[in-house]
Order: sequence, then C-alpha cells, then structure tokens
Amino acid sequence: MSGHSTYQPQNKALQWLEKRLPIGGLIHSSFVAYPTPRNLNYLWTFGGILSFMLGVQIVTGIVLAMHYTPNVDLAFKSVEGIMRDVNYGWLLRYLHANGASMFFLAVYIHMFRGIYYGSYKEPREVLWILGVIIYLLMMATGFMGYVLVWGQMSFWAATVITNLFSAIPGVGDAIVTWLWGGYAVGNPTLNRFFSLHYLLPFVIAGVVVLHVWALHVAGQNNPTGIEPKSDKDTVPFTPYATIKDGFFIAVFMILLAWFVFYIPNYLIHPDNYIPANPAVTPAEIVPEWYYLPFYAILRSIPDKLLGVIALFSSILILAFLPWLDTSRVRSGRYRPLFKQFFWLWVIACIGLGWLGSKPPEGIYVVLSRLFTLYYFGFFLVVLPLLGIFERTKPVPNSISESVLSAKH
Amino acid sequence: MTTVSSAEHTRRDFLYIATGAVGAVGTAAVLVPLITQMNPDASTIAAGAPIEVDLAPIADGQIVKVFWRSKPIFIFHRSAKEIAEAQKVNVASLPDPEPDSARVKKGHDQWLVVIGICTHLGCIPLAHQGEYDGWFCPCHGSQYDTSGRIRKGPAPKNLALPPYAFLTDSKIRIG
Repeated sequence: MSGHSTYQPQNKALQWLEKRLPIGGLIHSSFVAYPTPRNLNYLWTFGGILSFMLGVQIVTGIVLAMHYTPNVDLAFKSVEGIMRDVNYGWLLRYLHANGASMFFLAVYIHMFRGIYYGSYKEPREVLWILGVIIYLLMMATGFMGYVLVWGQMSFWAATVITNLFSAIPGVGDAIVTWLWGGYAVGNPTLNRFFSLHYLLPFVIAGVVVLHVWALHVAGQNNPTGIEPKSDKDTVPFTPYATIKDGFFIAVFMILLAWFVFYIPNYLIHPDNYIPANPAVTPAEIVPEWYYLPFYAILRSIPDKLLGVIALFSSILILAFLPWLDTSRVRSGRYRPLFKQFFWLWVIACIGLGWLGSKPPEGIYVVLSRLFTLYYFGFFLVVLPLLGIFERTKPVPNSISESVLSAKH
Repeated sequence: MTTVSSAEHTRRDFLYIATGAVGAVGTAAVLVPLITQMNPDASTIAAGAPIEVDLAPIADGQIVKVFWRSKPIFIFHRSAKEIAEAQKVNVASLPDPEPDSARVKKGHDQWLVVIGICTHLGCIPLAHQGEYDGWFCPCHGSQYDTSGRIRKGPAPKNLALPPYAFLTDSKIRIG
C-alpha cells in the first residue's frame, strides 16, 4: 500500500530537498496517491476528525497554559480570570472544555465503527491496539485536565480516581500517597497533573503517528470488510478522501460551535464553579459524561477491589478483541446475528452511561449489573461463539462488485 | 576485517558487557530520584506533625471535624444512647468485625475519633445520617454506625482510627 512513490517534483528547490530528505515523497505516498477503498462511508471520516480535534485541543491548551496558574490558591481564580479578563479567554476555554467532549464523542463513534466493521481483525491487530492505547492516554489526559480547574468536582474526581489505586492489596496506600505527593490531594498533586496534562497530548500525537503508520501498512478496512483486489476497488486519497474528510470535519465543527456558542456549560457540572473544598464532598459526584459507562461498571459491583478490576478490565478487554472475535467474516454487514448482538452492546454502553449519572440505588443498581454482565458477555461469550455458530451471508467477490451491484 | 584475533574479540566482548552493565545500573540508579521525588516532600511531612485538640467545648452528641495531615478527623462526643447502639451490635455480623471497645480508648467510651474518609474511594461521609445514626457517604452510599463501622454499601473497611492519645480527660493529641 505504502509502496513506491511516484512523486517527481518539477520545482528545482523541491528536487534538491527530496534528494536529501524525501519528505515530499512520504507525504505524497501517504496522503495524495495513497489508494483508499472506493466504498468508504462517512463513518470513515472520524479518523480525520480526531486528528483535527487533537490539533484543536493542543492549540487551545497551549494558549490556556499561558494564563493558567497550577497552584491550589490560584488555579480556580486563574480559570475565572481566563473567562472574564483574558481577551477571548472565554472562547478558548469553552473550545477546550467542549472540545474534549467532542473529541470523546468522535472517538466513541470511531471505536463503534471499528467494532461493527471488524476493523480490528487480521492484519490490523496492532493498528487496533495502538488505538486502545491512544484511548487510554485520552482518558488520563481528560481526567487530569478536568482536575486543573480546581472546582469541587475537580477536587473530588481527583480524590476518587486516585483512590482507585488504594484497592491494590498491600502497596495500594503507598501508591496513592506517591501519586498525591502528600497525605491527600493537594498542591503537589495539582502541579504534577498540570505537567502531565501538558505532556500527554504530545505522547498521543506520537502514538497517532504510529497508528497512521500501521494503517498505511495494512490499508484501510471498508464497509464490505474485503481487501481491495484491483485498481477498480480504490481511489486516490487526494482528492477523494481529502475532500470527504475536510467536508465532514467542517460539519463536525458546527456541532462543536453549537456547544461553544449556545450551551457552553451544558456538559459542565455546575458544582465545578464552586472552588475546591477539601472539607466538604458535594452531595452527588459524577464524572464527565464520557467516563460514565465505566463509572457505572465500577459501582455495579459491591466489592471495592473487584469493582476496580472490572473498571480497568472493561477498557483493557478491547485490546484482546482481535482474538476474542473468532469469525472469519470481517464486516458486520454480512453477519446477521452479530449485528443484533452488536446493537444490543451499543445499547448496553449507552445504558451504562445513563446509569452512571443516576444514584446507586434500587432499579438503577439492578440494571447496571445486567448491562455490565452483557458488556463483558459480549466479548467473552458472544464473540467467541458466534464465529462457530453463526451462518454468515455471502460476501461479495470484490469492493467494486459490491458497489456496482448496489447501484441497481 | 579478516584479521580479527580472538584476543581482540574477548576484549570487545568485555567492553560490550561492561558498558551494558554500567548502563543498566546507571538507569536503575537514576530511576530512584525520578520516582522518589513524587513522594511527600519535607515541608509536607513537617506540616504533618501531631496536633492537640481540646475536647471540652464539644457538646454531647456533637461531631467536630479537625484536619490532620490534610485528612479530616471526626471527633464524636457520643451520647449514652449512641454508645449503647454501638455496643449491642452482634460483632460477627459486621462486614469488618470489630467490637466497639476496640474503636475507642479504654475509659473514654464517649469519645470516638476516626479519620473522616470513606474507605471506599475517599469521599467525606456526612454526619448523623444514614440508617445507623453514624455517617452516610454521598458518593456511593456507604453507611457507618456510631462506632464508625461499615454497615452497608461498597466500602470494605471501618473508618480508620488515627493514632491519638488522651493527654488529660479533655485533651487529645492526634499523630
């Protein structure tokens, strides 16, 4: 796929550079001549959207750091200063805060798409695992960024999340003290979170490069799940994918702009506009919406250690997906039973998200347990068995055949 | 290229292994400060010195909150009814079995001193709430009794006891 470059610059200066550093050829073969399946739908634009959102977060984050003070006495004030005093500070902070939400929304669509179309299957296992690593890094980054605001929710989120590690037998408490740099969440904690929150997006960018590299070695999956066999199955990345990605990035930005300009605080918990108070826990604490499903899994298990293990397993299990799914048919399009279980699983994920925002009592606990059971059952029971028992529909011979037969 | 003698080969092997060993030891040594710097620093430890608390102003049935090492400490002046409630419980039926006598200092049954941090995930429980007249944690619904013992909910352990001692009948030192 990432074969020989046909890049032959006419410009003398570019020719000079190409002889010394063939970067033009690399860009040309990766983003211009790169063959992309002709049948990609709009779900395939989320990789581009995610790259763009990472850029938005890094740019707004760097400028926010110019006005932010990572000290327990000044952090909340400096954020309010950004909102009220800094030129366009309100816009930059709302872009950054809502940008994080849109980033997670995009990554969830990207992941659901990958699971539906079997994009994790051979030969894309490493590509998929790199994606899981990016997702873990995003979660860590998002969490630490949320703490920096140093409101009530920030402080107590930091307390609850770091305390997850206290469940580790023996060394748990020592690890938590080490994470805090004190006897509770305090100034040393805030300081190191700021340092790491600035670092991790660049680590993400690095892993994204590996992710794209792995993608360009294996080639993109497509809605049929069959590999391109001839030139008829592919179109060049530019202009086809470039325009499509660009167009949908613009559409997605309308959504971000709608949040930023019309409901900037819709996704921000009002308690986070109260400065952090280590003496009082808010009446109800909930994480940001994008962590709610995992929070529901944690709470559904009435044992501390097992709850924490379930929480981490629910994310790490994704890395084993390529080997848990035993079916030889890649795309969900030709797997009638898988389709039903998949959508049930999507409902379970969204249901867990809803339950994570509810108090842990009564029917909510029962539902959380059922959905948690299905969440894990999908990976550990349904996917391994479907590969054996499912009667799949016939798969077309080629991408072009599938596309042309659909035209009737 | 063809004249590599066995003696040179041995010397190069030695250099290879020695360099590798120095590199490994050096990496391990440099990890110590890099990791340890994240532990509590000297000023944090110094600020964690023991504190003295005068119990005289705490009324019967009142719970006060003081801070020691950034942790809230609940000092509960228990009423006769609350002491009786704590003592009559069947210890074997508790999730973290501990008799009330092990939770207070001998001869000071009316004073319960506990670290006010839910043993589940570190929230601060609310006083005089829940089904057991003790504490209720708003985060995940753990309930503690008048002895600070876990009775219901996801917390695995009773509220921890800080190190403390009675200096006089109405004064304690925590730490």
